[in-house]
Amino acid sequence: MTALEPISELKLEGITKRFPGVLACDGISLQVRRGEVLALVGENGAGKTTLMNIIMGLYRPDSGTIHVNGEEVHFHSPGDAYARGIGMVHQHFMLVPNMTVAENLALGLKELHHFMNLDIKGAAKRIREVSERYELPVNPDAYIWQLSVGEQQRVELVKTLCLGARLLILDEPTSALTPQETDDLIVRLQRMASELAIIFISHKLNEVKALSDRVSILRHGAVVFNGQTANHEPSELAALMTGHDVVLPRNEGSGVQGEALLSVQNLCVRGDRGNLVLDGLNLELRAGEVLGMAGVSGNGQREFADALAGLRPVESGQILFGGKDLANCTPREIIHAGMGYVPEDRQTEGIVPSFSVKDNLILKDFAEPRFSKMAFLRKKEIDSNAEALKERFDIRCPSTSTATGSLSGGNIQKVILAREISRGPKALVAVYPTRGIDMGAQEFIHEQLLARRREGIGILLISEELEEVMNLSDRIAVIYKGKILKVLPAVEATRERLGILMAGLADPDTPGDAQAEVPAGAAHE
Amino acid sequence: MNRNKILYSGAIILAVTLIAALLVALVLYSIGASPLATYKTILTGPLSDLFGVTEVLVRSVPLMLVALGIAISFRSGILNIGAEGQIQMGVIASTAMALAMPHAPKAILLPAALMAGALAGALWGGIAGWLKAKLQVNEILSTVMLNYIAAQVYTFMLRGPMLDPNELETGSGTPQSMRLPEMAFLDTLVPGTRIHMGLILALVAALLVWMLLWKTTLGYRMRTAGAGAKAARYAGIPVERYLIVAMLMAGGFAGLAGAVEVSGVHHRAIEGISSGYGFAGIVVALFGALHPGGIVPSAVFFGILLIGADMTQRSASVPANMVLVLQGVIILSIVSAQSFLRNPYAQERFFRWFARFSASARKAGKGAQS
Ligand SMILES: Nc1ncnc2c1ncn2[C@@H]1O[C@H](COP(=O)(O)OP(=O)(O)O)[C@@H](O)[C@H]1O
Ligand SMILES: [Mg+2]
Repeated sequence: MTALEPISELKLEGITKRFPGVLACDGISLQVRRGEVLALVGENGAGKTTLMNIIMGLYRPDSGTIHVNGEEVHFHSPGDAYARGIGMVHQHFMLVPNMTVAENLALGLKELHHFMNLDIKGAAKRIREVSERYELPVNPDAYIWQLSVGEQQRVELVKTLCLGARLLILDEPTSALTPQETDDLIVRLQRMASELAIIFISHKLNEVKALSDRVSILRHGAVVFNGQTANHEPSELAALMTGHDVVLPRNEGSGVQGEALLSVQNLCVRGDRGNLVLDGLNLELRAGEVLGMAGVSGNGQREFADALAGLRPVESGQILFGGKDLANCTPREIIHAGMGYVPEDRQTEGIVPSFSVKDNLILKDFAEPRFSKMAFLRKKEIDSNAEALKERFDIRCPSTSTATGSLSGGNIQKVILAREISRGPKALVAVYPTRGIDMGAQEFIHEQLLARRREGIGILLISEELEEVMNLSDRIAVIYKGKILKVLPAVEATRERLGILMAGLADPDTPGDAQAEVPAGAAHE
Repeated sequence: MNRNKILYSGAIILAVTLIAALLVALVLYSIGASPLATYKTILTGPLSDLFGVTEVLVRSVPLMLVALGIAISFRSGILNIGAEGQIQMGVIASTAMALAMPHAPKAILLPAALMAGALAGALWGGIAGWLKAKLQVNEILSTVMLNYIAAQVYTFMLRGPMLDPNELETGSGTPQSMRLPEMAFLDTLVPGTRIHMGLILALVAALLVWMLLWKTTLGYRMRTAGAGAKAARYAGIPVERYLIVAMLMAGGFAGLAGAVEVSGVHHRAIEGISSGYGFAGIVVALFGALHPGGIVPSAVFFGILLIGADMTQRSASVPANMVLVLQGVIILSIVSAQSFLRNPYAQERFFRWFARFSASARKAGKGAQS
């Protein structure tokens, strides 16, 4: 699998690809050279993945040509692409979880397969060489399931390099990473860029700015812009990407904040390994406010959200909501109390992927008189409900009978949000609501959240994107090691101050805090 | 778009059937039989006269009932491999019920016997559901184990407590129960054949299962639990409860199949009464895409195979067990086909190929015209 000659240039010309009903790629021409990072940006469904799959030989273009080092090529499978030094890390990782890193590599390397015998040691050696050369630390003997998402991403990179790729295609590599992991990846890619060619797909423009030399923007399958990254502002790129000026909405303050809606007192909850992950957490959410919860992920956000949804037993403490203690209530009871919920993992927790859009829109209310009569579903009502919500929430799907799992992340999130908001909740818990979602959908979701706030709903926004938290919140609570370290008005928050708090350090603006882990009760206003 | 999907699925299913047939032809060839002649007998033999047709339908009744239950359980996310044992429990219970009230009128006795069978099957299936819901016991293990227990219980009952006293007297010792009172028989539909009211019952059941799964809130809950357990929990659906409900229903249908075999066909509990319907039902359900609308024709198809296999045994001296081979191969083919159906790259290749094929066919057609 050694390349004929190291790849120095990839050139696409007039690539067109039509799927039944969609023109996924519309005469796309692109070019990348060694030593260069090309950012490919575009909203969900713009055709980025399809184009990359064409390069890898997974799809065949209807027309257009691909040249490697000036010579026309026709790839029939990813193997052919790798033979010419082109490799791809897919959006969804392709690793076998119950195998080690080395075994995963050995699967793809034919030369390690000797009759009845697989050279795992050889694979491990290759991995060490590559990981040293490109400064991508991975342990060849670790099992994939033991690794964090960021580490798995690194394994994919190493695997691709071991297979001989010198032109790397990275399809939304940061969409599943935490901000910290993302920063780390960008730094590593910057270092690698001099020896390789990289096509970097993302819709986060700050990443594009940080990493790429050139940027190409795809909209509805066509290239609408090519340029040097350094010469263009993110706002300009965003407008080109979405086709209109993007102004992420901000919380304008004002607004009347009502009485306390949700009051969490001394909440203690155990994690999956049995340790106390939430250790006396106190928090208060008022009607008509957005309370942002900032923190490095893994500090108890997940467990807190689970406990609020009734899916994780509460060890001690109270969750007072409308005068009722919801601790250890069933999810059903909590839903009936008026709590809305946008879960972290939208694909498996927020929707049933194989169900149609209209069926997912009644996931919580199918038994209500509105949608059922004497245990029978009312099809007409369900249909008209779906049509109305599709319109109101701008859910882009071929029809409301489409399987929800086949929609893009942004549209799945709109389905969830439509369901939760149309139920008329008193409070809404949104966990990482825009993770991995493109700008257009993000803008829409933010607008929706702020509109609900104006209607008097209390919104708890759990997020790790500081930008998002600062834009939307009235107050910001910083979570650290299962406690709320500090709650501050959003107007007083700066990136730096939040960053310091999230690291568990004393707040520089309140000299009284000598110690980081003050009792949560004291830190709470 | 949808038409294309259907075209694609249809082509895959056709290909699967052909590949399965080809593989079995290989086996047939290797045991010295003529594959063509065998297939001809299997597929045309059973349908060549009225009696054959009714026999096919007789076989399809238990297959349909079992497969409907399997569809309910698979759709609810629990893999019921235990229909065989559930059938046997149904046979015992319905026979016992019918024999316990020999003088009851038909309007009471027949429903009571059928209900008893369904109930016994439901309990037997419910055990596996309960074990899964409460103790996370893998349902494949538990249902298979329950099959063994049921088989032993069945043998014991037929040789012990339920053995026909006549058999002891005459000393022939065939392990079977007394003949049921006639008031417990399902009526014959066509005089002179064995086809009975159970067929109507099974068709009505198919309609009810379809309504249950797709028209009612209970069915919605069960399908949600099966298709997305996590999302179901977040939506407040107690998934564990519906696992148990699903197994009760699946077992109930299998038990009913057993009861129907007793009252409709054999009129007593005999050894080997189920003759593998519990396992064949799984194949029928999968082949029918876990949908009542697919299960009905699929059950008839497998009825043809079963009768056809009997015929080849007689005419072409091909062992009837070949049908088991065919079933196994079909299951393997379906499972592999499903991975194809889901693979977008394979789909794309198929359409590319199909487009080229139909274009050249059109060209050839034009050439022929001019
Ligand atoms: N296998 C396929 N069959 C039909 N349509 C597809 C297929 N793959 C992608 N598409 C459609 O092509 C368009 C581009 O998709 P994709 O390349 O995945 O976009 P991106 O990666 O930019 O989000 C979308 O409208 C998508 O629905
Ligand atoms: Mg994509």
